[in-house]
Amino acid sequence: MELIFEISKKGKKGFSLPTRDVPEASSLPGKYLRNGDTGLPELSEPEVVRHFTNLSRMNFGVDSHFYPLGSCTMKYNPKFLEKIAQLECFSSVHPLQPQLIKGGILTQGSLEVIYNLENLLSEITGMDAFTTQPMAGAHGELTGVMLMAAYHRHKGNKRKYILIPDSGHGTNPASAAIAGYEIKTVKSNEKGVLDMIELKKALSEETAGLMITCPNTLGIFEPAIKEISDLVHGVGALMYYDGANMNAILGKARPGDLGFDIVHLNLHKTFATPHGGGGPGAGPVGVKKELEEFLPTSRVVKRKDGTFFLEYDKPLSIGYISQFYGNYSVLLKAYAYILLLGKEGLIEVSENAVLNANYIKARLKAHYEIPCPDGCLHEFVISARKQAEKGVHAIDIAKALIDRGIHPPTVYFPLNVKEAIMIEPTETESRETLDRFIAIMIELAELAEKDPESFKAFPRTTPVGRLDEVKAAKDMDLAYL
Amino acid sequence: MLKAAGIKSGRMDELFMGIPHGLRARSFDIPEGRSEFDVERYLKSLGNKNLTDLVYFVGGGFYDHYIPAAIDALVSRSEFYTAYTPYQPEASQGTLQAIYEYQSCICRLTGMEVSNASLYDGGTALYEAVMMAIRITGRNKVIMDGGVSPIYRKMVRSYTSNLSIAFVEVPVSHGQSNRNELDKYIDGETAAVILQNPNFFGAIDDHTDISEKCHKAGALMIESVYPVSLGMLKTPREMGADITTGEGQSLGIPLSFGGPYLGFIGVLKQYARKMPGRIVGVTEDSVGRRGFVLTLQTREQHIRREKATSNICSNQALCALRALIFMSLLGNEGLKGLAEICRDKAEFTKSRLEGIKGVEVMKSAPTFNEFTVKLPKDANEVIGKLLDKGIAAGFPLGRYYPEMDNYLLVAVTEKRTKHDITRFADALEDALWN
Repeated sequence: MELIFEISKKGKKGFSLPTRDVPEASSLPGKYLRNGDTGLPELSEPEVVRHFTNLSRMNFGVDSHFYPLGSCTMKYNPKFLEKIAQLECFSSVHPLQPQLIKGGILTQGSLEVIYNLENLLSEITGMDAFTTQPMAGAHGELTGVMLMAAYHRHKGNKRKYILIPDSGHGTNPASAAIAGYEIKTVKSNEKGVLDMIELKKALSEETAGLMITCPNTLGIFEPAIKEISDLVHGVGALMYYDGANMNAILGKARPGDLGFDIVHLNLHKTFATPHGGGGPGAGPVGVKKELEEFLPTSRVVKRKDGTFFLEYDKPLSIGYISQFYGNYSVLLKAYAYILLLGKEGLIEVSENAVLNANYIKARLKAHYEIPCPDGCLHEFVISARKQAEKGVHAIDIAKALIDRGIHPPTVYFPLNVKEAIMIEPTETESRETLDRFIAIMIELAELAEKDPESFKAFPRTTPVGRLDEVKAAKDMDLAYL
Repeated sequence: MLKAAGIKSGRMDELFMGIPHGLRARSFDIPEGRSEFDVERYLKSLGNKNLTDLVYFVGGGFYDHYIPAAIDALVSRSEFYTAYTPYQPEASQGTLQAIYEYQSCICRLTGMEVSNASLYDGGTALYEAVMMAIRITGRNKVIMDGGVSPIYRKMVRSYTSNLSIAFVEVPVSHGQSNRNELDKYIDGETAAVILQNPNFFGAIDDHTDISEKCHKAGALMIESVYPVSLGMLKTPREMGADITTGEGQSLGIPLSFGGPYLGFIGVLKQYARKMPGRIVGVTEDSVGRRGFVLTLQTREQHIRREKATSNICSNQALCALRALIFMSLLGNEGLKGLAEICRDKAEFTKSRLEGIKGVEVMKSAPTFNEFTVKLPKDANEVIGKLLDKGIAAGFPLGRYYPEMDNYLLVAVTEKRTKHDITRFADALEDALWN
């Protein structure tokens, strides 16, 4: 499809300026002015609308396609949430409004939403306090690690290392390193869970904390999580819970009860706010009491008279990690989702998510190698190793799925499984959709036996075929100038 | 279905056997679910506790611009908003091409050569720029101009509190960057000088001379900018900036109590590999059709883990899409016209306010759409009185600058009519003298 710059024609615009009802100002001295045009594309409104409508049609989304992308929880996002986010009484409020006169009295409704959401998330995770400020999962991780650092600094602890299992998300080590820590990777054992001997070896008085996903990326609940947390606490270190997989355990288990001190949640996963093609998300962080005083500035506090205000005077706080209160409209959507579903609804989310995953896993067992063949929680990993021997790799299966109208699962992650295909169906898919997916996966396993060569041509139904990624990195054509 | 899933007992609880009984949730005290209608009614009752329908003269980096209707219509296409990060390029060409076009628009607007797919907000974008400058120069001294948003300065300091970075802050002089003081600090240890145009007080500057000094010392210049102003003002590239960042909220994104917004970054091509975040590049398929992919991924966390340039792995894709559609609808002429009308209205507001006894408009430097006013009284008191008339008069500078309790920061966008401005001036006069 043509680029918007290629259909641009000088002098067009798709926007009308408000009437000029004031005199023209005298112009600025030339040294302050830009030379020449901005070069922004010039089109009429219908042309702009057609361009972007056509672009949208080249995308797979949850509304149009089954999207079992492991670790990403691509569930259906109720339309109601979008309606709520657009309510003008929330969307038109300026973020500096609470600071205009003391006490945030001008934005009581917006503050109450944050306060209530923080409380609900605390109850869901078993933590004592939450901040809604982090704007994505990785941002929540960075905030969490900064909280760890502040805690140890305050205690006078000299800590150097953060421990991360080899099955952990790539963002974990990146977040810890950016906050100033060194990383020690802890191996998983053959059952896909943390190796206790390795953990004991890695732990020392220099350990700041352990970052772990539970259930882990293989969809397995760490059976020894309590022992793990006791060991970590034993050396004065903290337990960090990566909440990417929270969709598996709503109402069943809570990180706070398992000994975790810090947790981040991905509202764009578990709490049904849309992913937006890569954001905006929200990654609120919850902590236990002993870490509350370090939470980012500002905090929403409820007064005795029931009104709310923003507390900025927090001497031990890690400071400002977001301009204001986080991705507010995303928070509002998550809040509406929790109110809509309620207690039973949230428990059913996890039950159905886990049931759907186990159903697919059981039905694929005979056709694909499954490194951890027993039950799983909300997601599981299969390996295309058997197919790879015929020359059909995980990526080839992914591309074949695209042609069959299914967004591929996550491939080549986690790193501790060769030819990994990570499948997370979520709770919002019907049995009919799952059956169709299973049938296609079986068909592809058979095709890999009979005609492995045919995979090289997939995908065929998309606007472009497989793209040359090496060429992109070499040419570095990153902007149309 | 339970049986087919291998659950022999046929009971849901067997699915959760992997969670030891002693570790089950101790409590899950969440209210019962409610209907859409009930939830909507409840949330509206909360929303109605906000004071809305204010006439905003508040900016501070976040502006009440008009949002063309086509933006909401287009970003409501669920093919955009229910998609994930475009890991499978063949099934994500819509998102990928839009990001490429967004990157191109940011480059054109700022004059820079490379942009990424976006960052969280203006403050985190500035922090990422600082980290980038430290990686590029191998130095760890950072000079911040006092005209940089105090919110951004606080954020940069918070993020780097666990790293050993030496910060120097240089207060502005007569509204603009203080050259004499900056000169004293720019040296062979300096990684970067951070500036903002227009600065937090609304003053416009030309930082070309400062970039020359930076480059002589082997340091980088980082310029934070307000994108709408670039319809008129000298670009960061023209001033010699190596990295530019900014808050993209003014490009078609609702104020929405602080987010989601959009951080943008633009750099010179030689620094592309040191830049954080997603980047989309052009390539082709085996039959030569043009396509778009995420590229230079060897910088990123999912491959480099702890050696990545940043931990950011998402972007604000839907906000970047809003900004792209905004820039496409306005186009070259539209953005120029918008910049002009914003400044015209601000200048008109200045002329009305300076006619009021005791009100002094700061005039040591030219301004764009925001300016500083000195009042004969505490700004908070005045703001309180005007709020009663439905006018948010501006931002009290004493909030971040303790010596400036009597100063008000006033922002004017194209949405403020002559009538609004007159009402504001009359109400201000009334509040001061009646």
